[in-house]
Amino acid sequence: MTSTPVSPAPATTPAKVSLTGRLLRNPTGLVSLVILLLVVLVALFGSFLAPKDPDAASLSTILAPPGTDGLLLGGDSAGRDVLSRLLVSTQISVAAGFVALIVALVLGTAGGLVAGYRGGWFDTVSSWLTSLLMALPGMIVLLAARAVLGPSVFTSMAIFGVLMAPAYYRLVYASVTSVRAELYVDAAKVSGLSDPRIVARHILRVVRAPVIIQSAIIMGIALAIQSGLEFLGLGDTETPTWGSMLNDGFANIYKEPILMLWPSLAIAITCTALVLLANAMRDELEQSRKPRRRRNAPAAVVERADTVATHPDDAHSPRGETLLSVRDLVVGYAQRDGSTKVVVHGIDLDVRRGEVHGLIGESGSGKTQTAFGVLGLLPAGGRVVGGSIVFDGTELTGLKESEVRKLRGVRMAYIPQEPMSNLDPSFTIGYQLTEPMRVTKGMSKAEAKEKALALLARVGIPDPERTYKAYPHEVSGGMAQRVLIAGAVSCEPDLLIADEPTTALDVTVQAEVLDLLRDLQAERDMGLLMVTHNFGVVADLCDRVSVMQHGRIVETGPVRGIFTDPRHEYTRALLEAVVLEDGDPRGELGATPAAAPAAGTTGDATDDNEEVHA
Amino acid sequence: MRRLVSGVVLVFVISAVAFSLLYVSGGDIARRILGVNATQATVAQKTHELGLDRSLFSQYTDWLGSALSGDFGRSWFSGQLVSESLGQRLPVTLSIVVGATLLAAIVSVVIGVLAAVRGGWVDRVVQVISVLGFAVPGFLVALALVLFFAIDLGWFRATGYIAFADSASGWLQSVTLPVLALSLAVIASVAAQIRGAVIDALARDYVRTLRSRGLPTGRIVVRHVLRNAGGPALAVLAVQFVGLLGGAVIVEQVFALPGIGQLAVSATSQGDIPVVMGLVIVTAVIVVVTNLVIDLAQAYLNPKVRLS
Repeated sequence: MTSTPVSPAPATTPAKVSLTGRLLRNPTGLVSLVILLLVVLVALFGSFLAPKDPDAASLSTILAPPGTDGLLLGGDSAGRDVLSRLLVSTQISVAAGFVALIVALVLGTAGGLVAGYRGGWFDTVSSWLTSLLMALPGMIVLLAARAVLGPSVFTSMAIFGVLMAPAYYRLVYASVTSVRAELYVDAAKVSGLSDPRIVARHILRVVRAPVIIQSAIIMGIALAIQSGLEFLGLGDTETPTWGSMLNDGFANIYKEPILMLWPSLAIAITCTALVLLANAMRDELEQSRKPRRRRNAPAAVVERADTVATHPDDAHSPRGETLLSVRDLVVGYAQRDGSTKVVVHGIDLDVRRGEVHGLIGESGSGKTQTAFGVLGLLPAGGRVVGGSIVFDGTELTGLKESEVRKLRGVRMAYIPQEPMSNLDPSFTIGYQLTEPMRVTKGMSKAEAKEKALALLARVGIPDPERTYKAYPHEVSGGMAQRVLIAGAVSCEPDLLIADEPTTALDVTVQAEVLDLLRDLQAERDMGLLMVTHNFGVVADLCDRVSVMQHGRIVETGPVRGIFTDPRHEYTRALLEAVVLEDGDPRGELGATPAAAPAAGTTGDATDDNEEVHA
Repeated sequence: MRRLVSGVVLVFVISAVAFSLLYVSGGDIARRILGVNATQATVAQKTHELGLDRSLFSQYTDWLGSALSGDFGRSWFSGQLVSESLGQRLPVTLSIVVGATLLAAIVSVVIGVLAAVRGGWVDRVVQVISVLGFAVPGFLVALALVLFFAIDLGWFRATGYIAFADSASGWLQSVTLPVLALSLAVIASVAAQIRGAVIDALARDYVRTLRSRGLPTGRIVVRHVLRNAGGPALAVLAVQFVGLLGGAVIVEQVFALPGIGQLAVSATSQGDIPVVMGLVIVTAVIVVVTNLVIDLAQAYLNPKVRLS
C-alpha cells in the first residue's frame, strides 16, 4: 500500500547478472567491445590479411593517392602499401600496449596487495615510490629512458608500465585497507585460512571490477603515449607502428596529408572505444547497486488517511490569523523508471501567527519533506505533486522559483537540524549572517554588521565580535545553532520553520536553545512550525501539534487536548515512548493497528530520502 | 615549510637516480659521440676527457657541486652551456603550458558549472566532449588544428616561435594553436571534475540553508559553491599542469617551437646526457614548485588549513 508497486519477484532473472552480460546489453558497451574485438583480430591476423609485403618499397608508388596501382589506401613516402602497413602495425602497437598494461597491472596490483595487507615498512616505501612516480611527467622520463636504453617500442612501453603502476597500486591499496578491517576477513583468519587464500578469495574479488575498468583506461593511455613517442620519430623506424606511420605522414603533411588520416583514425577509434568501454562498465557497476529500470512506469498512487482525529481548540489556543494553510499537500520524488514515489500523502496543516505548531513523527514519517515542500527547498527530484500551500494569502504552489525566493528569508525562514553542516566552512560567520541581509534587504555593509552583532548578542553568544570573525569550525555545535537561529530571524520573518533544531545538540544545550526559540517567537509574534520526533519538546514549547505517520497526519489539535486524550494508537505509542525513556524514540513504533497497512511494503518515505531497495 | 624540505629532497633523489641511470652506460657514450670510425684510443681519451672513467659517485658529486652553482655542464654535441640553452627555451614552453593551463581553467570552470547547474542537454554535451577529449590523444588534435587553421585557412602560423619581446601580436599568433591543442584535453578532464565537485557542493546542507535565506541560486553558485569546489579543482589542475609538460614535447614538435620539449627530443635521440640531465632537473623543480604553489593556494581557500 505504498505509492510504488512492488516489483515482480526477480525469479525470472538471476539475482546477479555477470558484468559481461550486462555490458552486452548496454549499447555503448556492446559497440566498443565489438570494435576492440575487431582491433584484436586485426592484431592477431593482420600479417595474413595484408595484401602486400608491408616493407616492400617501390619508387612508382611513392606517396601514391588511395586507389592507384591496386593500393587501396595508397603508398607512403617509400612507396610501401599503406593498407598492409596499417594491418601489420596494429599487431605491434597493440602488443606494445599490452606490455605496458601487464607491467603496470602486475607491479601495481602486487604492490598494492602486499602494502595494503601487510603494511609496515613495505607500505611506507612503496607509498613513497608511488608519489615519486606520479610526480614525474611521464613523457620526460620516457625520453630520458630512451636516451639510455635505445629506441625499442617494447622497452619504452615496459617503462611506461612502471610509470602507470601507481594507478593500480592506489586502487588495490585502498580496497585492501578497507577490506582488511572487515569482519569477514577476520573470520577467515580465525577459521585458519592462509593469507594467500584470503587474498585470493576475498580481496581480489572486491578489486576485480575496478581493476578491469582501470585497465581499459590504461591501455588507452599507453596507446596514445606510444604513438606519441613514435610520432616524434623516437621509435624504431624499422617496425611499422601507428605512431611511425603518423610520423611518415607528418613529414609529408604538405604533399599527402591523407597519409596521416589512417593511423590517426586507428588510434582515435581504439582509444575512444577503450574509454567508452570503461565508462559503460562503470555505469553498469553503479547501476547494479540500484534497482533496475522498469519499463512500464506506474502513475503515482496517493493514499489518503481515512480519518484525522481532530481535537477542538481550547482556551489556551492562540487566536492569531492563519499564516500558513496547507491543504491536501502531496510531495513526491521522481524515480528512475519515471514513476513518482509519494512521501507525503495529502496532508492538511495550519499555522497561525503567534503560535508554535509541533509536527511530530518518527524518522520517515514525512515531516521534514512537508517542511521542505512548504519552503520550496525539496532536494533534487522532489516536488510538490498536488494540493495547495497558502502563505499569508499567497498561493505558493505553481509560483515561480524567483517569486518564492523573495518570500524566503524575509517572510518565512528555516532553522536546520544539523548546525555544523549548515554553515559554509569557507566563509566567516559574520559574512554568512550579513550576506542575506545585504542581498534581500539592500542593507549597507556597516548596517548589516551592526545588526548581525546585535543578533549574535540576542541569541546568547558571549563574545559577538569574536564569533562574527570566526569560521564555522572554530565554534561549538551549540554556538553554531545559535548562529543559524540568528540568521533565520535576521530579516524578521513571519513564519519560522525549524527542523528538529535540537536533535544534534548536547542535552544541556537543548533546553537553552528551546528557550531561545520560544522567547524569539513570542517577542516577534512569529508563527513557528516545529518539526520534531520528541513529545518532550512538544510539551515544552508547542501550542498545537499534528502527529504524522507514514506521510499522513493522524491526529491534530491543542497540545493539552492530545496529552490528556490521545485518540490515535500511534499518538499513544509516541507518548508512551516519552514516559519510558525521555530520549529519542527513533525505533520503529510499528506494532500498532494504524501501522499495519504499511507492513510488507517496499519502503517508506524517509526524511532523508534514503535509497529504497525494491 | 615541511613541504619545501620534502620538495628539495625529492629533487635530490630524482637527480641521483637519473644520474646513475644515465651515466651507467659509461664507455658507450664516448663511442656514440665520436662515431663508429673512431679508434679505440680516441674513444678512451674522450672517455677520460669527459670524466667518465671515474667512479659514478665522484662523477655525481662533481656534477652536483657545479649544478648547485647553476652550472649544468655543456652539451656534448653543440658545446653550448646547458643552463644557457635551457634558459632560452624555457620561456617558450612555459608560455604555451601556462597559457594552456589558464585557458583550460577558465573554460572548464564555465562549462563544468553550467553542466552541473543546468543539467539536461548541456550536461550530456559536456560529458560526451570530456570522453572524446580524454580518449583522443592530444597530438592528433594538434595535427588537426595545424591542417585546418594553419594550412587550409592560413589564419595562424603553422610553425615557429616569435618572442613576446619582439612582437606581441606575433607571439600571440605563434602560441595560439599550440595552446589550443594542449588545452583541449585538459578542458575535457578538468571540466568533468569541476562538474562533479560542483554537483557535490550543491548538495551540501549549507546550500539549502543559504537558499532558505532568500539568496539567488546564481549568487550561491558563484560565491559559495565555487569557493568550496575550488580546492579539488586546483588539485586536478596541478596534476594536469605537470602532464602538460609532457604534452608540450609533442606539441612543440608539431608546431616546430624551440622549447624544452624539442630540446628533449633532440638530446635524447643524440644521447646528449648533460642536456637530458638538465631537463630532468628543470622538470623536477617545476613540479615541486607547482605543488608548493598549489598547497599555498589550497591553504588560502580553506580556512581550516590556513589556521592549523
